[in-house]
Amino acid sequence: MGYWEFLVEYLPKLANGAVMTVMVMVCATLLAVTVSMVFGLMRLSSHFAIQGAATVYIEFFRGTSLLVQLYWIYYVLPLMGLTLSPFISGVLALGLNFGAYGAEIVRGGIQAVPRGQYEAALALNMSPFSRMRRIIIPQIYTIILPPAANLTVELLKATALVALITVVDLMFVAKQINATTWLSAQVFGTALIIYYAMARFALIPFLRWLELIAARKIGKA
Amino acid sequence: MEWRWEFAWEILPRMLWATGNTLLAAGVGYTIAVVLGLVLMLGQRTPYRLINMPVRELVEFVRSTPLLVQLFFVFFVAPQFGIKLSAWTAGMLTIGLHFGTYLSEVYRGALEGVPKSQWEACRALNFTTGYTYRRVILPQAFPIALPGMGNYLVGIFKDTPLLATIGVAELMHTANALGAETYRYLEPYTMVGFIFLIISLPTAMGLRRLEAAVARAQGNTRH
Repeated sequence: MGYWEFLVEYLPKLANGAVMTVMVMVCATLLAVTVSMVFGLMRLSSHFAIQGAATVYIEFFRGTSLLVQLYWIYYVLPLMGLTLSPFISGVLALGLNFGAYGAEIVRGGIQAVPRGQYEAALALNMSPFSRMRRIIIPQIYTIILPPAANLTVELLKATALVALITVVDLMFVAKQINATTWLSAQVFGTALIIYYAMARFALIPFLRWLELIAARKIGKA
Repeated sequence: MEWRWEFAWEILPRMLWATGNTLLAAGVGYTIAVVLGLVLMLGQRTPYRLINMPVRELVEFVRSTPLLVQLFFVFFVAPQFGIKLSAWTAGMLTIGLHFGTYLSEVYRGALEGVPKSQWEACRALNFTTGYTYRRVILPQAFPIALPGMGNYLVGIFKDTPLLATIGVAELMHTANALGAETYRYLEPYTMVGFIFLIISLPTAMGLRRLEAAVARAQGNTRH
């Protein structure tokens, strides 16, 4: 079978898989952003129990492998009475894992905001909450977006692992087609190209655009 | 299902043996990555466009596609061209290439981190290019590259479970097999998690110490 016929026959299936990949990616990113913010802030808490809890969480998820966490959530949690669908398990594992990495980026971003900003907010008698929300957080986006963009590309790549817990994403469809046709070069080659195109021509330009917006908002563009 | 200590105790020898394989895979993969990274970095730095453009594109491509798909690609496609690769060979080559592209970026950043004036001073002293690299540039680039190199050492270790999917008998593969044999997944998977934690946390801490020590040593030689 020529490559053209292969594409005509199997590209729609691979495209369906790619749509699922995007869905996993979007949901996991939303969860990861939330987790990063919460644990990044907790890490800076002056209360030692809150800070300790965040440190344990971050070290735990960064110290073990994503695949192990994924398998644990999908295969072991049901033994304890909590059964989650493959999709939810995948999103949860990805979100919690990348959230741990993101939390360190958020912490670094907050610490990089000049000290004078805190002092000025304090002098204006702002509450700690509004100081964070109105003064500090708006300034961290330009700092955290470049490393966060790298992490997001890593997340897109990591979504391929959810195929191993039977989420029908691009990788899963590719494995399926490979198992029935043995056209390995065509199917995995095409899958690689689709992943590359998603990262290079969609995700990275989008993240650059976000960086530009963030820079413009605080007048640095 | 609750945790059974005697079962955990019983499977521990097999798990530890598999941990050896995991460490071996990480070590071999990292060695390949360190060398390949150097080659890719040099390829990107050559002034010939015919070489540096394709290398640049290759690095970009490998860096932005999933390791898992690459593993399957190498493992299944090589036999189509008559090359018989064992799971181990395919795994080591793929992981080596994948992390080699990351390391090439680390090296590139480190070399660019050495001030340009160092090159100019060496030229003024009439040093050869080789001597400049060996005695002036590389010793200064090394501490800049060290954190990145350390992170990817831990990174490669944490990505070795992916090798289980093509049948390398490392830790995750053994846990899967034990689960399938005994229908008990709780202990094997949990133990895998803790073994990873026990190895990667001290390694990461040791690397931070090493970075500090190297930075100190460099600071001392400079003054």
